[in-house]
Amino acid sequence: MQRPRTLEQALEVLARATSSARLLAGGTDLMVEFETGRTHPDVVFDLWGVKELRYVRAENGGLRLGSLSTCRDLLDSALAREGADLLVLAADEVGAEQIKNRATLGGNLGTASPASDLGPVLSVLRARVRLVSLRGEREVSVDDFWTGYRATQRANDELIESVFIPTCPRDERRGFRKVGTRRAQSISKVVVAMALRVDGGVLQGVRSAAGSVAERIVRLSTLERALDGQRPSRALVSDATRDSARVDARPIDDVRSTARYRRATLQRVAEGLILDLAGIEGAH
Amino acid sequence: MSVQEPVDLRCTINGVARELRAAPLRRLLDVLRDDLGLTGTKEGCGEGECGACTVLVNGEPVNSCLVPVCQVDACSVTTIEGSGFEGVQAAFLEHGGAQCGICTPGMIVMTRAWLEERSRLGAAVDLESARKALAGNLCRCTGYAKILTSALAAAAVKP
Repeated sequence: MQRPRTLEQALEVLARATSSARLLAGGTDLMVEFETGRTHPDVVFDLWGVKELRYVRAENGGLRLGSLSTCRDLLDSALAREGADLLVLAADEVGAEQIKNRATLGGNLGTASPASDLGPVLSVLRARVRLVSLRGEREVSVDDFWTGYRATQRANDELIESVFIPTCPRDERRGFRKVGTRRAQSISKVVVAMALRVDGGVLQGVRSAAGSVAERIVRLSTLERALDGQRPSRALVSDATRDSARVDARPIDDVRSTARYRRATLQRVAEGLILDLAGIEGAH
Repeated sequence: MSVQEPVDLRCTINGVARELRAAPLRRLLDVLRDDLGLTGTKEGCGEGECGACTVLVNGEPVNSCLVPVCQVDACSVTTIEGSGFEGVQAAFLEHGGAQCGICTPGMIVMTRAWLEERSRLGAAVDLESARKALAGNLCRCTGYAKILTSALAAAAVKP
Protein backbone atom coordinates (compact mmCIF):
# COMPACT_ATOMS: atom_id res chain seq x y z
CA MET A 1 0.00 0.00 0.00
CA GLN A 2 1.46 3.31 -1.11
CA ARG A 3 -0.14 6.68 -0.53
CA PRO A 4 1.67 9.31 -2.60
CA ARG A 5 0.82 12.95 -1.89
CA THR A 6 2.23 14.60 -4.97
CA LEU A 7 2.32 13.81 -8.68
CA GLU A 8 6.09 13.38 -8.44
CA GLN A 9 5.77 10.84 -5.62
CA ALA A 10 3.02 9.05 -7.51
CA LEU A 11 5.17 8.68 -10.63
CA GLU A 12 8.08 7.40 -8.54
CA VAL A 13 6.04 4.64 -6.90
CA LEU A 14 4.33 3.79 -10.20
CA ALA A 15 7.71 3.38 -11.90
CA ARG A 16 8.09 0.12 -9.95
CA ALA A 17 4.52 -1.05 -10.50
CA THR A 18 3.67 -4.38 -12.08
CA SER A 19 0.46 -5.40 -13.82
CA SER A 20 -1.01 -6.75 -10.58
CA ALA A 21 -0.98 -3.31 -8.91
CA ARG A 22 -4.31 -1.52 -8.64
CA LEU A 23 -4.74 2.24 -8.66
CA LEU A 24 -7.29 3.56 -6.21
CA ALA A 25 -8.95 6.94 -6.62
CA GLY A 26 -12.37 7.62 -5.05
CA GLY A 27 -13.05 3.94 -4.40
CA THR A 28 -16.60 3.81 -5.75
CA ASP A 29 -15.78 0.87 -8.05
CA LEU A 30 -12.72 -0.66 -6.48
CA MET A 31 -14.05 -0.90 -2.93
CA VAL A 32 -16.93 -3.06 -4.18
CA GLU A 33 -14.46 -5.26 -6.06
CA PHE A 34 -12.38 -5.71 -2.92
CA GLU A 35 -15.41 -6.42 -0.74
CA THR A 36 -16.94 -8.98 -3.07
CA GLY A 37 -13.59 -10.68 -3.50
CA ARG A 38 -13.45 -10.09 -7.25
CA THR A 39 -10.04 -8.46 -6.79
CA HIS A 40 -7.28 -9.49 -4.40
CA PRO A 41 -4.50 -7.07 -5.23
CA ASP A 42 -1.13 -7.43 -3.51
CA VAL A 43 -0.26 -3.86 -4.27
CA VAL A 44 -2.55 -0.84 -4.18
CA PHE A 45 -1.58 2.75 -4.89
CA ASP A 46 -3.98 5.16 -3.25
CA LEU A 47 -3.96 8.31 -5.39
CA TRP A 48 -6.75 10.13 -3.54
CA GLY A 49 -4.21 12.27 -1.67
CA VAL A 50 -2.64 13.69 -4.85
CA LYS A 51 -4.66 16.89 -4.59
CA GLU A 52 -2.78 18.67 -7.37
CA LEU A 53 -4.64 16.43 -9.85
CA ARG A 54 -7.95 17.93 -8.76
CA TYR A 55 -8.43 20.94 -11.01
CA VAL A 56 -10.37 22.40 -13.90
CA ARG A 57 -8.60 25.00 -16.01
CA ALA A 58 -8.91 26.72 -19.34
CA GLU A 59 -6.18 25.86 -21.80
CA ASN A 60 -5.47 26.95 -25.34
CA GLY A 61 -8.33 25.59 -27.43
CA GLY A 62 -10.25 23.92 -24.67
CA LEU A 63 -10.49 22.76 -21.10
CA ARG A 64 -8.13 20.61 -19.05
CA LEU A 65 -9.63 18.52 -16.27
CA GLY A 66 -7.38 16.96 -13.63
CA SER A 67 -7.95 13.23 -13.32
CA LEU A 68 -8.83 13.34 -9.62
CA SER A 69 -11.63 15.83 -10.19
CA THR A 70 -14.80 14.33 -8.80
CA CYS A 71 -18.18 14.49 -10.48
CA ARG A 72 -19.08 17.06 -7.82
CA ASP A 73 -16.00 19.15 -8.73
CA LEU A 74 -17.17 19.20 -12.36
CA LEU A 75 -20.70 20.22 -11.36
CA ASP A 76 -19.34 23.01 -9.16
CA SER A 77 -17.01 24.38 -11.83
CA ALA A 78 -18.36 27.25 -13.91
CA LEU A 79 -15.59 26.56 -16.46
CA ALA A 80 -16.68 22.93 -16.81
CA ARG A 81 -20.36 23.84 -17.03
CA GLU A 82 -19.55 26.13 -19.92
CA GLY A 83 -16.80 24.25 -21.73
CA ALA A 84 -17.94 20.68 -21.16
CA ASP A 85 -21.71 20.99 -20.79
CA LEU A 86 -22.46 17.42 -21.81
CA LEU A 87 -19.90 16.01 -19.39
CA VAL A 88 -21.41 17.99 -16.52
CA LEU A 89 -24.85 16.73 -17.48
CA ALA A 90 -23.58 13.14 -17.36
CA ALA A 91 -21.63 13.75 -14.13
CA ASP A 92 -24.88 14.87 -12.51
CA GLU A 93 -26.51 11.56 -13.43
CA VAL A 94 -23.79 9.04 -12.57
CA GLY A 95 -25.30 8.37 -9.20
CA ALA A 96 -26.26 9.69 -5.80
CA GLU A 97 -24.75 12.78 -4.22
CA GLN A 98 -22.64 10.45 -2.06
CA ILE A 99 -21.17 8.87 -5.20
CA LYS A 100 -20.60 12.18 -6.98
CA ASN A 101 -18.46 13.31 -4.04
CA ARG A 102 -16.00 10.45 -4.58
CA ALA A 103 -16.26 9.20 -8.18
CA THR A 104 -13.43 10.69 -10.22
CA LEU A 105 -12.83 11.34 -13.89
CA GLY A 106 -9.58 9.35 -13.85
CA GLY A 107 -11.18 6.48 -11.98
CA ASN A 108 -13.97 6.37 -14.52
CA LEU A 109 -11.45 6.27 -17.40
CA GLY A 110 -9.13 3.76 -15.74
CA THR A 111 -11.89 1.35 -14.74
CA ALA A 112 -13.02 1.41 -18.38
CA SER A 113 -16.41 0.04 -17.49
CA PRO A 114 -18.62 -0.54 -20.52
CA ALA A 115 -21.45 0.94 -18.41
CA SER A 116 -19.63 4.21 -17.70
CA ASP A 117 -21.97 7.19 -17.99
CA LEU A 118 -19.11 9.59 -18.62
CA GLY A 119 -17.62 7.37 -21.32
CA PRO A 120 -19.94 8.08 -24.27
CA VAL A 121 -19.84 11.79 -23.48
CA LEU A 122 -16.04 11.89 -23.38
CA SER A 123 -15.99 10.12 -26.73
CA VAL A 124 -18.47 12.54 -28.32
CA LEU A 125 -16.59 15.55 -26.91
CA ARG A 126 -13.34 14.29 -28.57
CA ALA A 127 -11.64 14.00 -25.18
CA ARG A 128 -7.92 13.30 -25.08
CA VAL A 129 -6.30 11.46 -22.19
CA ARG A 130 -2.89 12.61 -20.95
CA LEU A 131 -0.77 9.79 -19.58
CA VAL A 132 2.40 10.62 -17.66
CA SER A 133 5.25 8.54 -16.29
CA LEU A 134 8.89 9.12 -15.39
CA ARG A 135 9.59 8.21 -19.04
CA GLY A 136 7.60 11.16 -20.32
CA GLU A 137 4.07 11.94 -21.35
CA ARG A 138 1.70 11.20 -24.21
CA GLU A 139 -1.83 12.06 -25.16
CA VAL A 140 -4.29 9.69 -26.78
CA SER A 141 -7.89 10.06 -27.87
CA VAL A 142 -10.31 8.49 -25.45
CA ASP A 143 -11.58 6.17 -28.21
CA ASP A 144 -8.07 4.74 -28.51
CA PHE A 145 -7.46 4.79 -24.76
CA TRP A 146 -10.09 2.11 -24.17
CA THR A 147 -9.03 -1.14 -25.79
CA GLY A 148 -11.62 -3.66 -24.63
CA TYR A 149 -13.59 -4.92 -21.66
CA ARG A 150 -12.25 -2.98 -18.69
CA ALA A 151 -8.99 -2.63 -20.61
CA THR A 152 -7.00 0.46 -21.49
CA GLN A 153 -3.66 1.23 -23.09
CA ARG A 154 -2.26 2.70 -19.86
CA ALA A 155 1.13 1.13 -19.16
CA ASN A 156 1.88 -0.09 -15.61
CA ASP A 157 4.04 2.92 -14.80
CA GLU A 158 1.68 5.49 -16.30
CA LEU A 159 -0.77 7.74 -14.51
CA ILE A 160 -3.86 9.33 -16.04
CA GLU A 161 -2.91 12.93 -15.36
CA SER A 162 -5.76 14.78 -17.02
CA VAL A 163 -8.31 14.93 -19.79
CA PHE A 164 -8.40 17.63 -22.45
CA ILE A 165 -11.77 18.64 -23.90
CA PRO A 166 -11.44 20.71 -27.09
CA THR A 167 -13.77 23.69 -27.42
CA CYS A 168 -16.98 22.56 -29.11
CA PRO A 169 -18.16 24.20 -32.34
CA ARG A 170 -20.46 27.13 -31.54
CA ASP A 171 -23.40 25.82 -33.52
CA GLU A 172 -23.11 22.23 -32.34
CA ARG A 173 -26.14 20.67 -30.62
CA ARG A 174 -25.45 18.07 -27.96
CA GLY A 175 -27.48 15.62 -25.94
CA PHE A 176 -27.12 12.81 -23.44
CA ARG A 177 -29.62 10.20 -22.34
CA LYS A 178 -29.39 7.43 -19.80
CA VAL A 179 -31.79 4.57 -19.27
CA GLY A 180 -31.56 2.92 -15.87
CA THR A 181 -33.76 1.18 -13.35
CA ARG A 182 -34.39 4.28 -11.31
CA ARG A 183 -34.34 7.96 -12.16
CA ALA A 184 -31.26 8.62 -10.13
CA GLN A 185 -28.35 6.50 -9.12
CA SER A 186 -28.30 3.24 -10.91
CA ILE A 187 -25.98 1.50 -13.31
CA SER A 188 -27.22 2.26 -16.78
CA LYS A 189 -28.86 -0.27 -19.07
CA VAL A 190 -28.17 1.94 -22.07
CA VAL A 191 -26.51 5.35 -22.26
CA VAL A 192 -26.13 7.45 -25.40
CA ALA A 193 -24.36 10.74 -26.13
CA MET A 194 -24.78 12.66 -29.38
CA ALA A 195 -23.50 15.82 -31.05
CA LEU A 196 -24.41 17.24 -34.44
CA ARG A 197 -24.79 20.43 -36.43
CA VAL A 198 -27.63 21.37 -38.74
CA ASP A 199 -26.24 23.41 -41.61
CA GLY A 200 -28.64 24.58 -44.28
CA GLY A 201 -31.05 21.81 -43.34
CA VAL A 202 -28.31 19.18 -43.61
CA LEU A 203 -26.78 17.17 -40.76
CA GLN A 204 -23.06 17.72 -40.27
CA GLY A 205 -20.39 16.53 -37.86
CA VAL A 206 -22.54 13.82 -36.33
CA ARG A 207 -20.76 12.16 -33.42
CA SER A 208 -22.36 9.54 -31.27
CA ALA A 209 -21.29 6.97 -28.70
CA ALA A 210 -23.05 4.53 -26.41
CA GLY A 211 -22.43 2.65 -23.18
CA SER A 212 -23.71 -0.67 -21.84
CA VAL A 213 -24.28 -2.00 -25.36
CA ALA A 214 -20.90 -3.70 -25.93
CA GLU A 215 -17.80 -4.84 -24.04
CA ARG A 216 -16.56 -1.24 -24.13
CA ILE A 217 -17.86 2.23 -24.88
CA VAL A 218 -18.52 2.27 -28.63
CA ARG A 219 -18.79 4.96 -31.25
CA LEU A 220 -21.95 4.56 -33.32
CA SER A 221 -19.99 4.85 -36.57
CA THR A 222 -22.69 3.29 -38.73
CA LEU A 223 -25.11 5.91 -37.50
CA GLU A 224 -22.65 8.74 -38.03
CA ARG A 225 -21.96 7.67 -41.63
CA ALA A 226 -25.65 7.23 -42.43
CA LEU A 227 -26.59 10.71 -41.19
CA ASP A 228 -23.66 12.91 -42.17
CA GLY A 229 -24.51 15.19 -45.08
CA GLN A 230 -28.15 14.08 -45.16
CA ARG A 231 -31.39 16.01 -44.72
CA PRO A 232 -32.90 14.59 -41.53
CA SER A 233 -36.25 12.85 -41.86
CA ARG A 234 -38.07 10.47 -39.58
CA ALA A 235 -37.57 7.61 -42.04
CA LEU A 236 -33.84 8.26 -42.40
CA VAL A 237 -33.29 8.48 -38.65
CA SER A 238 -35.36 5.38 -38.02
CA ASP A 239 -33.41 3.31 -40.55
CA ALA A 240 -30.03 4.67 -39.47
CA THR A 241 -30.58 3.98 -35.78
CA ARG A 242 -31.91 0.49 -36.51
CA ASP A 243 -28.82 -0.35 -38.57
CA SER A 244 -26.57 1.13 -35.90
CA ALA A 245 -28.18 -0.88 -33.10
CA ARG A 246 -27.61 -4.01 -35.19
CA VAL A 247 -24.05 -3.29 -36.31
CA ASP A 248 -22.40 -0.98 -33.75
CA ALA A 249 -23.83 -2.63 -30.62
CA ARG A 250 -22.66 -5.98 -29.29
CA PRO A 251 -24.85 -6.32 -26.21
CA ILE A 252 -25.05 -9.27 -23.83
CA ASP A 253 -27.68 -10.68 -21.49
CA ASP A 254 -26.81 -9.93 -17.88
CA VAL A 255 -28.43 -9.17 -14.52
CA ARG A 256 -29.45 -5.69 -15.61
CA SER A 257 -30.98 -6.41 -19.01
CA THR A 258 -31.20 -8.67 -22.02
CA ALA A 259 -29.27 -8.11 -25.23
CA ARG A 260 -32.53 -7.79 -27.15
CA TYR A 261 -33.82 -5.09 -24.80
CA ARG A 262 -30.55 -3.19 -25.04
CA ARG A 263 -30.56 -3.20 -28.85
CA ALA A 264 -34.18 -2.06 -28.99
CA THR A 265 -33.59 0.62 -26.36
CA LEU A 266 -30.42 1.87 -28.02
CA GLN A 267 -32.38 2.32 -31.24
CA ARG A 268 -35.23 4.21 -29.54
CA VAL A 269 -32.98 6.39 -27.41
CA ALA A 270 -30.65 7.30 -30.28
CA GLU A 271 -33.63 8.00 -32.53
CA GLY A 272 -35.28 10.28 -29.97
CA LEU A 273 -32.03 12.15 -29.34
CA ILE A 274 -31.39 12.81 -33.02
CA LEU A 275 -34.96 13.94 -33.70
CA ASP A 276 -34.81 16.28 -30.71
CA LEU A 277 -31.41 17.70 -31.64
CA ALA A 278 -32.36 18.09 -35.31
CA GLY A 279 -35.59 19.77 -34.25
CA ILE A 280 -37.91 17.35 -36.02
CA GLU A 281 -41.52 17.53 -34.87
CA GLY A 282 -43.32 14.65 -33.23
CA ALA A 283 -40.19 13.09 -31.83
CA HIS A 284 -42.13 11.16 -29.18
CA MET B 1 4.15 -2.77 2.15
CA SER B 2 1.21 -5.14 2.14
CA VAL B 3 -2.36 -3.97 1.75
CA GLN B 4 -3.14 -5.78 5.02
CA GLU B 5 -0.42 -4.11 7.07
CA PRO B 6 -1.98 -1.60 9.48
CA VAL B 7 -1.22 2.08 9.14
CA ASP B 8 -1.49 4.89 11.68
CA LEU B 9 -4.10 7.51 10.92
CA ARG B 10 -5.19 10.72 12.62
CA CYS B 11 -8.62 12.12 12.11
CA THR B 12 -11.38 13.92 13.93
CA ILE B 13 -14.48 11.87 14.58
CA ASN B 14 -17.55 13.72 15.83
CA GLY B 15 -15.36 16.57 16.99
CA VAL B 16 -12.86 14.40 18.89
CA ALA B 17 -9.30 13.95 17.64
CA ARG B 18 -8.57 10.22 17.25
CA GLU B 19 -5.54 8.16 16.41
CA LEU B 20 -6.43 4.97 14.58
CA ARG B 21 -4.43 1.93 13.57
CA ALA B 22 -6.11 -0.04 10.83
CA ALA B 23 -5.46 -1.89 7.59
CA PRO B 24 -5.61 0.89 4.99
CA LEU B 25 -8.31 -0.61 2.81
CA ARG B 26 -10.74 -1.48 5.57
CA ARG B 27 -14.08 0.20 5.02
CA LEU B 28 -14.65 3.35 7.04
CA LEU B 29 -18.02 1.77 7.90
CA ASP B 30 -16.35 -1.21 9.64
CA VAL B 31 -13.84 0.91 11.52
CA LEU B 32 -16.63 3.16 12.80
CA ARG B 33 -18.83 0.27 13.88
CA ASP B 34 -16.37 -2.41 14.98
CA ASP B 35 -13.37 -0.46 16.27
CA LEU B 36 -15.06 2.67 17.59
CA GLY B 37 -18.45 1.26 18.59
CA LEU B 38 -20.30 3.88 16.56
CA THR B 39 -23.06 1.52 15.49
CA GLY B 40 -25.52 4.25 14.54
CA THR B 41 -24.14 4.04 11.01
CA LYS B 42 -25.84 1.07 9.33
CA GLU B 43 -24.78 -1.25 6.57
CA GLY B 44 -27.42 -1.78 3.91
CA CYS B 45 -26.24 -3.03 0.54
CA GLY B 46 -22.49 -2.71 1.02
CA GLU B 47 -21.99 -1.53 -2.54
CA GLY B 48 -22.92 2.13 -2.59
CA GLU B 49 -26.49 1.77 -3.84
CA CYS B 50 -28.58 2.35 -0.72
CA GLY B 51 -27.05 5.20 1.31
CA ALA B 52 -27.75 3.60 4.71
CA CYS B 53 -24.08 4.04 5.70
CA THR B 54 -23.89 7.74 4.78
CA VAL B 55 -21.54 9.83 6.93
CA LEU B 56 -19.96 13.24 6.40
CA VAL B 57 -16.27 13.51 5.54
CA ASN B 58 -15.13 17.11 5.75
CA GLY B 59 -18.82 17.99 5.61
CA GLU B 60 -19.49 16.07 2.39
CA PRO B 61 -21.84 13.08 2.38
CA VAL B 62 -20.21 9.80 1.34
CA ASN B 63 -21.11 6.13 1.51
CA SER B 64 -18.83 4.84 4.28
CA CYS B 65 -18.93 1.34 2.75
CA LEU B 66 -17.01 2.70 -0.25
CA VAL B 67 -14.41 4.76 1.60
CA PRO B 68 -11.18 3.01 2.56
CA VAL B 69 -10.22 4.18 6.02
CA CYS B 70 -6.82 5.41 4.83
CA GLN B 71 -8.64 8.12 2.87
CA VAL B 72 -9.97 9.80 6.01
CA ASP B 73 -6.47 10.46 7.33
CA ALA B 74 -6.38 14.13 8.42
CA CYS B 75 -10.12 14.45 7.76
CA SER B 76 -13.10 15.28 9.90
CA VAL B 77 -15.75 12.54 10.03
CA THR B 78 -19.27 13.13 11.32
CA THR B 79 -21.60 10.23 12.03
CA ILE B 80 -25.19 10.20 13.23
CA GLU B 81 -23.79 10.14 16.80
CA GLY B 82 -22.23 13.56 16.22
CA SER B 83 -23.82 16.88 17.06
CA GLY B 84 -25.82 19.08 14.74
CA PHE B 85 -28.53 16.55 13.82
CA GLU B 86 -31.00 17.51 16.54
CA GLY B 87 -33.27 19.64 14.36
CA VAL B 88 -33.48 17.06 11.59
CA GLN B 89 -34.05 14.26 14.08
CA ALA B 90 -36.88 16.18 15.72
CA ALA B 91 -38.54 16.70 12.34
CA PHE B 92 -38.26 13.00 11.46
CA LEU B 93 -39.78 12.11 14.86
CA GLU B 94 -42.63 14.53 14.53
CA HIS B 95 -43.54 13.64 10.95
CA GLY B 96 -43.10 9.87 11.08
CA GLY B 97 -39.97 9.85 8.92
CA ALA B 98 -38.73 6.60 10.50
CA GLN B 99 -40.27 3.16 10.27
CA CYS B 100 -37.98 0.14 10.77
CA GLY B 101 -35.09 2.55 11.26
CA ILE B 102 -32.31 0.99 9.20
CA CYS B 103 -32.25 3.73 6.57
CA THR B 104 -32.94 6.49 9.10
CA PRO B 105 -29.37 7.46 10.12
CA GLY B 106 -28.40 7.76 6.45
CA MET B 107 -31.56 9.73 5.66
CA ILE B 108 -30.89 12.14 8.52
CA VAL B 109 -27.21 12.63 7.67
CA MET B 110 -28.11 13.21 4.02
CA THR B 111 -30.92 15.60 4.92
CA ARG B 112 -28.51 17.68 6.98
CA ALA B 113 -25.98 17.71 4.12
CA TRP B 114 -28.75 18.82 1.75
CA LEU B 115 -29.87 21.65 4.08
CA GLU B 116 -26.29 22.86 4.51
CA GLU B 117 -25.70 22.75 0.76
CA ARG B 118 -28.87 24.74 0.01
CA SER B 119 -27.94 27.26 2.67
CA ARG B 120 -24.40 27.57 1.29
CA LEU B 121 -25.79 28.18 -2.21
CA GLY B 122 -28.48 30.50 -0.89
CA ALA B 123 -30.92 28.25 -2.78
CA ALA B 124 -34.53 27.48 -1.96
CA VAL B 125 -35.37 24.36 0.03
CA ASP B 126 -37.96 22.63 -2.14
CA LEU B 127 -39.36 19.17 -2.77
CA GLU B 128 -37.50 18.74 -6.06
CA SER B 129 -34.09 19.36 -4.50
CA ALA B 130 -34.96 17.13 -1.51
CA ARG B 131 -35.89 14.29 -3.86
CA LYS B 132 -32.64 14.67 -5.74
CA ALA B 133 -30.54 14.89 -2.58
CA LEU B 134 -32.13 11.78 -1.10
CA ALA B 135 -32.20 9.80 -4.37
CA GLY B 136 -29.31 7.67 -3.19
CA ASN B 137 -30.97 6.72 0.10
CA LEU B 138 -33.31 3.77 -0.18
CA CYS B 139 -36.08 2.94 2.29
CA ARG B 140 -37.24 -0.67 2.08
CA CYS B 141 -40.36 0.24 4.10
CA THR B 142 -41.08 2.66 1.25
CA GLY B 143 -41.76 5.48 3.68
CA TYR B 144 -40.65 8.10 1.20
CA ALA B 145 -43.62 10.44 1.46
CA LYS B 146 -43.13 10.90 5.18
CA ILE B 147 -39.37 11.04 4.84
CA LEU B 148 -39.65 13.88 2.33
CA THR B 149 -42.21 15.64 4.52
CA SER B 150 -39.80 15.30 7.45
CA ALA B 151 -36.89 16.63 5.41
CA LEU B 152 -38.87 19.66 4.30
CA ALA B 153 -40.08 20.23 7.86
CA ALA B 154 -36.47 20.06 9.07
CA ALA B 155 -35.73 23.05 6.89
CA ALA B 156 -38.06 25.08 9.07
CA VAL B 157 -36.44 23.89 12.33
CA LYS B 158 -33.27 25.46 13.60
CA PRO B 159 -30.58 22.76 13.46
